[in-house]
Amino acid sequence: MSSEWPLWEVFIRGQHGLNHRHVGSLHAPDAEMAINNARDVYTRRNEGVSIWVVKSADITASAPSDKGPLFDPSNSKVYRHPTFFDIPDEVGHM
Amino acid sequence: MYAQMVKTDSTRLRSLDEMDPVERAFQERVDAGQKIEPKEWMPEGYRKTLVRQISQHAHSEIVGQLPEGNWITRAPTLERKAILLAKVQDEAGHGLYLYCAAETLGVSRDELYEQLHSGKAKYSSIFNYPTLTWADIGAIGWLVDGAAIMNQVPLQRCSYGPYSRAMIRICKEESFHQRQGYDILMKMVKGTPAQKAMVQDALNRWWWPSLMMFGPSDDASVHSAQSMAWKIKQNSNDELRQKFVDQTVPQAKYLGLTVPDPDLTWNEEKGGYDFGQPDWEEFFNVIAGNGPCNAERLEARRKAWNDGAWFRDGLTAHAEKMAERRAAAKIAAE
Repeated sequence: MSSEWPLWEVFIRGQHGLNHRHVGSLHAPDAEMAINNARDVYTRRNEGVSIWVVKSADITASAPSDKGPLFDPSNSKVYRHPTFFDIPDEVGHM
Repeated sequence: MYAQMVKTDSTRLRSLDEMDPVERAFQERVDAGQKIEPKEWMPEGYRKTLVRQISQHAHSEIVGQLPEGNWITRAPTLERKAILLAKVQDEAGHGLYLYCAAETLGVSRDELYEQLHSGKAKYSSIFNYPTLTWADIGAIGWLVDGAAIMNQVPLQRCSYGPYSRAMIRICKEESFHQRQGYDILMKMVKGTPAQKAMVQDALNRWWWPSLMMFGPSDDASVHSAQSMAWKIKQNSNDELRQKFVDQTVPQAKYLGLTVPDPDLTWNEEKGGYDFGQPDWEEFFNVIAGNGPCNAERLEARRKAWNDGAWFRDGLTAHAEKMAERRAAAKIAAE
């Protein structure tokens, strides 16, 4: 039996002006076929205007155990949100 | 359902107090409705159960193309043919979404195909029944896809992220399948007496196998209890079967058809129908590989896979050749 085709992650831009968004993955022998297959598998109902494919092996992901060190520090910086500051009503819209 | 009688390796349900801290933290996240993602810690039993359930589900979508594929070349009009083609193509897509979800649990596509083609893996019992007339295509959409929706809607809330997301995509597309089936039957019951009789005959043959899709009663099953604790399963088989009957009987009446169950009566007190039990001996026989079409389905699936080998090999050879050329061009440019 032939060797298994590599896995590709598929990203679709749903409408003009929006970001590409991860929709799933598929197997294909090369990038060109991955785009063709992604068209058939993920956009049968007009879901997209553009497709990106990336080999899954080429994606570097943060480890689940890094969640704390990576994201906890921002919890204590509530002043990054505009609602942290009380602005009097008389000032008007800001 | 599309995945029937999935085993969990559990012999009894353990309480939070009996779990080690890591497993307890996992169970508490599941209890809180959080999604579990591929690389996170999970109990080995949870992973294995998901692989079984998702791969059975995927195999069912793939094998499910075969009974309907039988009628693509014989659809009564060009429009019906185009619709049926689109429906069968969706089933292939659903199989692919699910295989990808299973692969996030560390099993390879080749292993999954091997399990299906060797006959080791199970798929839904329903696809081992023959499609004898065009009315069967209507009945499959209406009843089989209807039963599938009943099961898949709650699975959208499954605790495992990739499975849940695959189910959301599938459910969006599935409603078309059921409606196209019902539409076929609405047309046929307005036709000649022979056409109407054909629809009744299809209902007579598909009713009980459709009820079997939910699997035997699992109220006393430890596997079912474990799957529910892990939120891989949300409802008992009997609950879903009851919902299906309650929803489907009025639809049969609208078509002017008789549901082939002498025990079917409206129960005012419970606000649902009482109904008879399918022939569970037949069910276990079909699951064991002795249904009317088990051998034919597997053979067709193997043949499709083997006949496509030269084409897959060609694509691989082309991809390798192009990669070599790109590498050579890069060296030449340097």
